[in-house]
Amino acid sequence: MNANEPVTKPAVEDLVGGDYKYGFVTDVEQDIVPPGLSEDVIRLISAKKGEPAWLLDWRLEAYRHWLTMAEPSWAHLELAPIDYQSISYYAAPKKKVQLDSLDDMDPEIRATFDKLGIPLDEQKLMAGVAVDAVFDSVSVATTLKTELTKVGVLFMSFSEAVREHPELVKKYLGSVVPSRDNYYAALNSAVFTDGSFVYIPPGVRSPVELSTYFRINAANTGQFERTLIVAAPGSYVSYLEGCTAPQRDENQLHAAVVELVAEEGATIKYSTVQNWYPGDVNGVGGIYNLVTKRARVMAGARVSWTQVETGSAITWKYPSCILQGDGAVGEFYSVAVTNNRQQADTGTKMIHIGRDTRSTIISKGISAGRSDNTYRGLVHVDKRAAGARNYTQCDSLLLGDQCGAHTFPYVNVHNASAQLEHEASTSRIGEDQLFYLRQRGLSTDDAVSMVVNGFAREVLEELPMEFAVEARKLLGVTLEGSVG
Amino acid sequence: MGHNEHKRGEAMLEIKDLHVAIDGQEILEGLSLTVKAGEVHAIMGPNGSGKSTLAKVIAGHPDYQVTSGSIRFKGRDLLELEVEERAREGVFMSFQYPVEIPGVSTASFLKAAVNAVREHRGQTPLDAFDFLTEARSAMKLVKMDEALLQRSLNEGFSGGEKKRNEVFQMALLQPSLAVLDETDSGLDIDALRQVAQGVNALRSPDRGMVVITHYQRLLDYLVPDHIHVLAQGRIVRSGGEELARELEEQGYAKLLGEAGLERAAAQAV
Repeated sequence: MNANEPVTKPAVEDLVGGDYKYGFVTDVEQDIVPPGLSEDVIRLISAKKGEPAWLLDWRLEAYRHWLTMAEPSWAHLELAPIDYQSISYYAAPKKKVQLDSLDDMDPEIRATFDKLGIPLDEQKLMAGVAVDAVFDSVSVATTLKTELTKVGVLFMSFSEAVREHPELVKKYLGSVVPSRDNYYAALNSAVFTDGSFVYIPPGVRSPVELSTYFRINAANTGQFERTLIVAAPGSYVSYLEGCTAPQRDENQLHAAVVELVAEEGATIKYSTVQNWYPGDVNGVGGIYNLVTKRARVMAGARVSWTQVETGSAITWKYPSCILQGDGAVGEFYSVAVTNNRQQADTGTKMIHIGRDTRSTIISKGISAGRSDNTYRGLVHVDKRAAGARNYTQCDSLLLGDQCGAHTFPYVNVHNASAQLEHEASTSRIGEDQLFYLRQRGLSTDDAVSMVVNGFAREVLEELPMEFAVEARKLLGVTLEGSVG
Repeated sequence: MGHNEHKRGEAMLEIKDLHVAIDGQEILEGLSLTVKAGEVHAIMGPNGSGKSTLAKVIAGHPDYQVTSGSIRFKGRDLLELEVEERAREGVFMSFQYPVEIPGVSTASFLKAAVNAVREHRGQTPLDAFDFLTEARSAMKLVKMDEALLQRSLNEGFSGGEKKRNEVFQMALLQPSLAVLDETDSGLDIDALRQVAQGVNALRSPDRGMVVITHYQRLLDYLVPDHIHVLAQGRIVRSGGEELARELEEQGYAKLLGEAGLERAAAQAV
């Protein structure tokens, strides 16, 4: 900053950096596998979960391939080297995991989710939302099961699905994200512990929103969840995920894989509010969020990814769509906020294979502090994809002059009939905008929150109502105190 | 909203020997001005004389440093207050260049602003319905299109719409002191008349106004009680409405030359 500037001048940098409200640790007795990764550890995880042989073999195959791979280095990220032998790959609360009813739940864990605003009490359930709560490596509760069973919707933990519906899991597991897909996906395939499984039968519209809440609690563990959502022909589901973790000085690894299958004419809306612990002002601690999310979209089907990413020290994540069937539609709406020393390299891949496939990409990056925020996206149009269309809009908003915004849009077109539009903008939150709003009586924090929410409006509008309200508040809190 | 304990005749704004600099360069060099409740003061002057600086300093713009002098507002030291505190206390500035805030509707912004001021005054916040009722009646004052309420704040507004929006906000926020910075710039003659009529309607015995303008034409519609000529960072002449006519006829150069301000006179030509 200019040395001549008066000391009273609000520095935009100071506005960023609200306190992380979810940094507490729950004291529960844990069943933790000692740190280290080997075939024996994988056998142990698989045995603890009582898995069939085919799944253990699938894990081991992924592990052996992973050993031959190298960490990707193309992202605009600075990662401290990860010592995979120092991480524990399984942590579960010791008390009974299989619950007959929610009343049997460990009160400590129930209190944890209460504190996070996710009541698991039958009386206090969020209206119209079924929740699967994942605590470290295991799912601890799934609500509203009876209601869902009535219409044939399967919503359960991944482990339960392996036991109850092995044929469905076997058919779809790895069908969208193969176990050898990339370094972190291969690692996940080898050691994944739990996650959610959803199956919507043909023609069924899920009567409630399905939601998974991921909580990392144990120290020195990684969370490797696996989510699989299959929407049979003509069905509809809206799914939400939320994430938080305690405040710790060590980085923790979260390497998830999410696979979506939207069969002919089906619709999947997948919304994420990611608020893993981001590390402190100096970049100490925080979650490494290295995630592979991909959808296969069949003829006339639609998959819409909406993400609000405010947490994590590192975010490496590209929710993508393989638009395989004719007329398939893929959408990606993203708000990524980075503050302090956070780094995000996020975007999407839209792979147009079917004819007349359409995709929309709206990305809003907000950078503050000394953070780095990168949009990286690919629009690929196969030679078969006649009439494919894409619209991409990438906007970056900078708060302060020590942060970075970067855009890497890759385009690969092999069919001349494709129509692609791309718009991009970078703007700085104006001292003049803040002055104007403050002159009308708004506090600096409220002014920043207003400008940021306005900037992200198109994306926030895609979120289901209750979550949009939360997300708006979260944007405000994340940037609190960054100016003024 | 009636929160004005000040009545006609009492000093609303007292500026004494004000020196202001930006980036180390002095812009105001000993400006003094007193505005009483109920009065309208016009500040005229050539470009670069410090007119807009005066407006921004009263509002509390962080880029400007007050190096000496004082500003009192309703008897309080205004310089001790943050921008938003001044606004909530009743200082309003109409911007020469109103800023655009994409994605934020004019209605949601103004509802937040009105309620921030109301909260400060210990009043209950307006709900959406009451807010709209008040907004509609305030919009009539400046003949502003109601559809603009749902559009992003000032985004894609014409010059005239932006200025109407400023006066509309003033009508809604009911300030004790209104500082209008070149509210006439960029307006055609019809828009100028309508905006000036809106401002006139807001004249009140318990409200002071400082109207900053380069041209005399605004003052045809908005007749001030006092006119001041600003040059080289100071008020060099004060008078009644006849001063505006003198300026219109003779221009700034002659007047400033007579005042011994050769540098300003040369710049004004």
